[in-house]
Amino acid sequence: MTLGLAFDALLCLLILSAAGLAVCGRRLFASIAFFVTYGILIGISWLRLGAVDVALAEVAIGAGLTGVLLIGAWAAIRRRRGNDGLALDATGAMNAADEAEAGDDPVMPRPRRLVAAVACSVLAGLLAAAVAALPAEVPGLLPAVTEKLADSGVSNPVTAVLLNFRAYDTLMESIVLLMALVAVWALTPEALWGDEPGLRQHARGDGVLATFGKVLPPLGALVGAYLIWAGSDRPGGAFQGGTILAAVWLLAIMAGMARAPRQSSRFLRLALVAGPVVFLGVGLAGAAFGVFLGFSAEYAKRLILLIELALAVSIAATLALLVAGTPVARGGS
Amino acid sequence: MTITGALLYALCGVVLIGVGTYGFMTRAHLLRRVLAFNVIGSGVFLLIGALGRRTAGAQADPVPHALIITGIVVALSLTALAVALVLRHVGETGRVVLPEEDAEEGG
Amino acid sequence: MPYQTGLAMLANTATIILVLLGLFFFVAGTVGLLRFPDLHSRLHALTKADNLGLGLVTLGLAFQMDDAWSVAKLVLIWLLAVLAAATVAQLVARAALSRLPGADGRGDEP
Repeated sequence: MTLGLAFDALLCLLILSAAGLAVCGRRLFASIAFFVTYGILIGISWLRLGAVDVALAEVAIGAGLTGVLLIGAWAAIRRRRGNDGLALDATGAMNAADEAEAGDDPVMPRPRRLVAAVACSVLAGLLAAAVAALPAEVPGLLPAVTEKLADSGVSNPVTAVLLNFRAYDTLMESIVLLMALVAVWALTPEALWGDEPGLRQHARGDGVLATFGKVLPPLGALVGAYLIWAGSDRPGGAFQGGTILAAVWLLAIMAGMARAPRQSSRFLRLALVAGPVVFLGVGLAGAAFGVFLGFSAEYAKRLILLIELALAVSIAATLALLVAGTPVARGGS
Repeated sequence: MTITGALLYALCGVVLIGVGTYGFMTRAHLLRRVLAFNVIGSGVFLLIGALGRRTAGAQADPVPHALIITGIVVALSLTALAVALVLRHVGETGRVVLPEEDAEEGG
Repeated sequence: MPYQTGLAMLANTATIILVLLGLFFFVAGTVGLLRFPDLHSRLHALTKADNLGLGLVTLGLAFQMDDAWSVAKLVLIWLLAVLAAATVAQLVARAALSRLPGADGRGDEP
């Protein structure tokens, strides 16, 4: 067993432990914290599997944004159930609040859990047997991609696949993102439609969070823009860069440096649809010349860059608003 | 059957699918269900990515990577939708489990 | 080229020593997290030890870089991590402070 393999085995063990603690943890907040850790560990495993782009996306979106989403939901549920604000004791344990929460969080009786465990073990066992029976070495689509990479307009193979060879999937994805936001917005209470999302802003003007919100966003914007640009030749891309832009925008809003945009804002809606519209436009223009979403080799780089810029703006706006959620009633929610 | 790193991660992904499904089935708290669902999702992604690493040589197959990136983004957007639904449910009914399970567990 | 390999070996040794030292501090911080009695001392142990540990790990990794730009990027990552850790520690401590019995319940002001 080589050193690399030993590291992989140890990492898999850590991943499974973190996942187990996230799923079976006693306190919900602890479960969410372990879930974020689990996401970061999965990001490391992507590095070991030679997928740097995926590692960037997993850590930023899977661990980062999903963690923010879940923690925000946990806090919102606490507030609405009235469990918030209960006193801590000196050790920092939130006993009364936890008990109230545990009442909402039933554990199923042992026989049901046993049946579930057996069923899931059988499921995992069957899948594992199927995986182990697969051939150990498969060239996959790598030769096909390598062959056409020079004509694709970019040199990062993942970007080439995302925005050229499988551009149709990415177009659908950008529309799915938009649809998800529309669905989230559709859950806005009728009276609050058009308002700002209920993102909690409680930073003092000279406090630590406000300083953080002044220092980080410019740097984050730079890193995000760089990632979008670098996606052509190096690991990066519109999704990873767009996520960082969304994250610093959320930080700026939560630190009180920027106002959350109103749902009815026309500028916001323009930013949201810019990506899919440009993508669709380029695709239809390609159809006029022969193939829908077909890029000729000379124009490919410029077209991909154009799509990526518009897409990044939309991704940043959509992801930020998905995390921000729907407007909530002000004052004593 | 030679043990490669790719096989290890593929099996890890399979176990994650099992763990996530177990969590989904045994906890009634809606937020925990969303969390378990995400564990299943990332397990599936790990499986796909590991199977794409079975290429000879240093480079992995980039097509699964593109699919996984797409999957990660879609998983987040649907998690956001699920969370919005949960919050609306809590707002309407004041309970954080589904009505069927609420009565079952004694309220 | 014995001089080259000597330099590389020196760099590798420095990296290994510094990273191990950094890991020791991480472990110390985690022990503090698990063993200290209350939130503020835990936070203190965690922040101090983790920042020092991260600094040592970054220094160790700097020996593996080929050019000055990469080292600068590593330092930038370290600075951002320290900034984020310090901010979060402050916020957690303040939030906990405002909820302890005896404090006027100001709610969730950071």
